[in-house]
Amino acid sequence: MLAAIAFYVLAAIAVISAFAVIAARNPVHSVLFLILTFFTAAGLFVLLGAEFLAMLLVVVYVGAVAVLFLFVVMMLDVDFAELKQGFLSYLPIGAIIALALFAELALVASASMSANGAPIAVAPSGQTEITNAEAIGLVLYTDYLLVFQLAGLVLLVAMIGAIVLTLRHRPGVRKQDISAQVGRKRSEGVELKDIRPGQGLG
Amino acid sequence: MFEIGLSHYLFVAAALFTIGVFGIFVNRKNVIIILMSIELVLLSVNINLVAFSAYLQNLEGQIFAMMVLTVAAAEAAVGLAILVTYFRNRGNIAVEDINQMRG
Repeated sequence: MLAAIAFYVLAAIAVISAFAVIAARNPVHSVLFLILTFFTAAGLFVLLGAEFLAMLLVVVYVGAVAVLFLFVVMMLDVDFAELKQGFLSYLPIGAIIALALFAELALVASASMSANGAPIAVAPSGQTEITNAEAIGLVLYTDYLLVFQLAGLVLLVAMIGAIVLTLRHRPGVRKQDISAQVGRKRSEGVELKDIRPGQGLG
Repeated sequence: MFEIGLSHYLFVAAALFTIGVFGIFVNRKNVIIILMSIELVLLSVNINLVAFSAYLQNLEGQIFAMMVLTVAAAEAAVGLAILVTYFRNRGNIAVEDINQMRG
């Protein structure tokens, strides 16, 4: 009963906030609603017994991806009201396609109900002795080691790609040059002048 | 009604997926919202994977959901980097103008 209430509340918040992501006028609000959507999805994961993935969702999405989105939205000086203009003209075709898509998906989802219309219950987790994180760790570093390494490689390539894309060398910017700084000779920096009394440096 | 089953989660995931696709359609001009819509689509895929993983008592779904999470994070980082570079070069992020690489 309590789980059912929690599910319905979380599902409603997830769907409403997901709709607010695409409908909000201000993209900063969109990002904040995206964060809310991910939080509620993490709640759904907890209900499903996947606690580790729920925490991962919060850390990766809310901690990294959403902050990345926020940075970019706030850094780019774009007139977002102008970008919003085509919203109404694309609305009919978008709504038709969305309705068709949802009808198809709902058909498939309802096919997973049993014959008398009752939902097939998700097998309750947590009956076993070990926790979800421990169970994932037991298979992730043994059976799926290669996949795990490949995921690390994907992240490495993405990191290098993002750095290469955004790195730029602006000419005329004064920066510290360590090798030039260390490689200086005494003869370049110090000059001895023999100053005669009463004449100065003339 | 009060028994939450697999199909309930599938319906939520279907709704999120549809909203993501709908967002791509109606926000044709705003690349940032399109990227967020793609994130929504990937999140709905993750919900499906985890729901089936719990239903089948099989951890493979959760492992695969982690991989989807990884790819989604990488995609967001690279996509936003491309966006920043494009904005630096052109001064706007209008999608209609991004056709210079068309053959």
